[in-house]
Amino acid sequence: MATMTRDELNKIKQAALAEKKKIVVKVCLSSGGVAAGSQETMIALRNEAKKRGVAVDFEARRCGCFGKCAEDPIVHVFVEGMVDAVYARVTADRVETLFEKHIIGRQIIQEWLLEKNDAKQLKIVLRNTGVIDPESFKDYVANDGYQALAKALLDMTPDQVIAEMKASGLRGRGGAGFPTGLKWELTRKTASDQRYVICNGDEGDPGAYMDRSVLEGDPHSVIEGLAIAAYATGSTKGYFYIRAEYPLAVERVQKAIKQAYQYGLLGKNIFGTSFSFDVDIRLGAGAFVCGEETALIASIEGRRGYPHPRPPFPSVKGLFGKPTCINNVETLANIPVILTKGAAWFSSIGVDKSKGTKVFALTGKVKHSGLVEVPMGTTLRQIVFEIGGGPSGDAKVKAIQTGGPSGGVIPEQFFDTPVSYENLQKLGSIMGSGGMIVMDETDSMVDIAKFYLGFCVDESCGKCAPCRVGGKQMLGYLEKILDGKGEPADLDKLRSISHAMQKASLCGLGQTAPNPVLSTLKYFEKEYTDRIPSLSAAPAGKA
Amino acid sequence: MDRELIMKTVEEIVAPWENKEGNLIMILHQIQNRFSYVPREVSFEVAKRLNIPMARIYEVITFFNYFKLSPPGRHVISVCMGTACYLKGAKGLLTEIQEEIGLLPGQSTADKNFYLQMVRCLGCCGQAPVLTVGEKVYGRLVPGQVKNILAEYKAPAVEGAV
Repeated sequence: MATMTRDELNKIKQAALAEKKKIVVKVCLSSGGVAAGSQETMIALRNEAKKRGVAVDFEARRCGCFGKCAEDPIVHVFVEGMVDAVYARVTADRVETLFEKHIIGRQIIQEWLLEKNDAKQLKIVLRNTGVIDPESFKDYVANDGYQALAKALLDMTPDQVIAEMKASGLRGRGGAGFPTGLKWELTRKTASDQRYVICNGDEGDPGAYMDRSVLEGDPHSVIEGLAIAAYATGSTKGYFYIRAEYPLAVERVQKAIKQAYQYGLLGKNIFGTSFSFDVDIRLGAGAFVCGEETALIASIEGRRGYPHPRPPFPSVKGLFGKPTCINNVETLANIPVILTKGAAWFSSIGVDKSKGTKVFALTGKVKHSGLVEVPMGTTLRQIVFEIGGGPSGDAKVKAIQTGGPSGGVIPEQFFDTPVSYENLQKLGSIMGSGGMIVMDETDSMVDIAKFYLGFCVDESCGKCAPCRVGGKQMLGYLEKILDGKGEPADLDKLRSISHAMQKASLCGLGQTAPNPVLSTLKYFEKEYTDRIPSLSAAPAGKA
Repeated sequence: MDRELIMKTVEEIVAPWENKEGNLIMILHQIQNRFSYVPREVSFEVAKRLNIPMARIYEVITFFNYFKLSPPGRHVISVCMGTACYLKGAKGLLTEIQEEIGLLPGQSTADKNFYLQMVRCLGCCGQAPVLTVGEKVYGRLVPGQVKNILAEYKAPAVEGAV
């Protein structure tokens, strides 16, 4: 294992920047891309290049997620002397035309261009995804990779790093929004012979895939963020906890960790300092509750993923009983940029107590489904209509849902609200990890509430009664209402069980499970009463 | 199953993890990768090898959805039930599968050719609705396509390689 120095890092960077081919074609090979046949596109591109003898200056590369999975296979074409073009839906059978018109004929194929809707976006977390080859260490370094780690280790003390994080105003992107710098400080302050850092990549919210995209598209940025967190908190050991349902993300992180060790960016005496840091991967096994930090810790310890009451918080007593700092993937991906560009720069983006950007997985009944990264303070309407292009079908947009099974629905009349942790909470939803699902007039809110509640009932670990019993009872009432057999008193029962669950459940899963029901009841009570025969003139029925 | 093969496999899998804290779930992952489920006789050997009670292994297997206690069919069909897929017709996919091969989630066909499960979000929401057969992902499905997809895997079948 080599010892990395700042000079060496800069040399690798310069060399990588100098190695530029005249024609580069990048294909998105993330889960979404592969699902749409991008692997076949890649093979076809290589074959076509060989056939036409343009192999010398030509390079077909993989790249990470563009975040616009609905348009996959996405192909990015760079030909020297021409503007870059990003094409949508380039299936293998379109490759020949791509060569003929663009690469040989040097003409942009206008009708294939991916619709650009980036004006309102600002890419910090997604700065590299879809741009660099996620399996290339040099590509990451060429894009300022590991400069922040060098700066932290060589120019700053751990306390300075923590102060910078606190000044930046960065808050946890996993959903709860706890200030990251404060979390680091609490972990550091707890006296112990051993501390741990964990990257929470257990992205369980159904309908969200920000973390998958970052892990698949830019794994080194998360490793770098985790290493900086380790330095700041005084940890020597870190874990990536990743869903087993994301095999490609696991593979990419594995490769990136190996490369980081090879170049001396993980392991002993990093950058020749006294700081040593080891990283390992642990897989989830299909339990939503394991996104909750105490349950996640139990799972890494090889036990059932049962949560336990806090305090003690993991920063005091966490993994194997030692102080532990758990940060979400998106949070960690922000960190290298904050250190490089400075806290003042970061805190100039956003609003009030919500700084920086947030990545959303914009899906459902929206025209341009995909990942979007916007400065905090962007309005929901801008996200759904300007970036997302409005509804996908003929029906009007009725509401969006944020925060997944722990969140709530926000009806269209509130779409002019600027996105921030506090604003979404005021509306009865939460920021959550970043799922944003658009619903139109054809979607039944009662059915959606049942969908989310059913999810939480399935995923309840069963340890505490309010969650285990309450969820099941509520589901029963929702089914009764959907079957057209509801009674007016059922709505009160739903509300009172909801409040009991919110107050008495042990962990976040049970405390927030009623949110989708409460928020649909709040904004769309009529959809409930329409299905209750004694309250509605119209017959109930259609789901 | 051949006892010697089991012992050999368990040794191979357990040895690198032996002294690592919290190794059990990672060991079970590798066992399931190897056997497609976690066979009882293999669990016995793991318990012995790690010197832990069998109940420790079963409490973990039965908690996590990912681990299977019986062999699934040759082809595992996973229908994504994430929110985006749900809104865009995942329930219809389940109905079509049931009409075609008579399976409900959690069931295998009599010839063990297919096993059907629901999964919570594959992270391909832009392609909704999505299902996978083995490793192969089918996205942007519209009603009527399921029949043709399943036909690719009629027994005896060749794996849909990607």
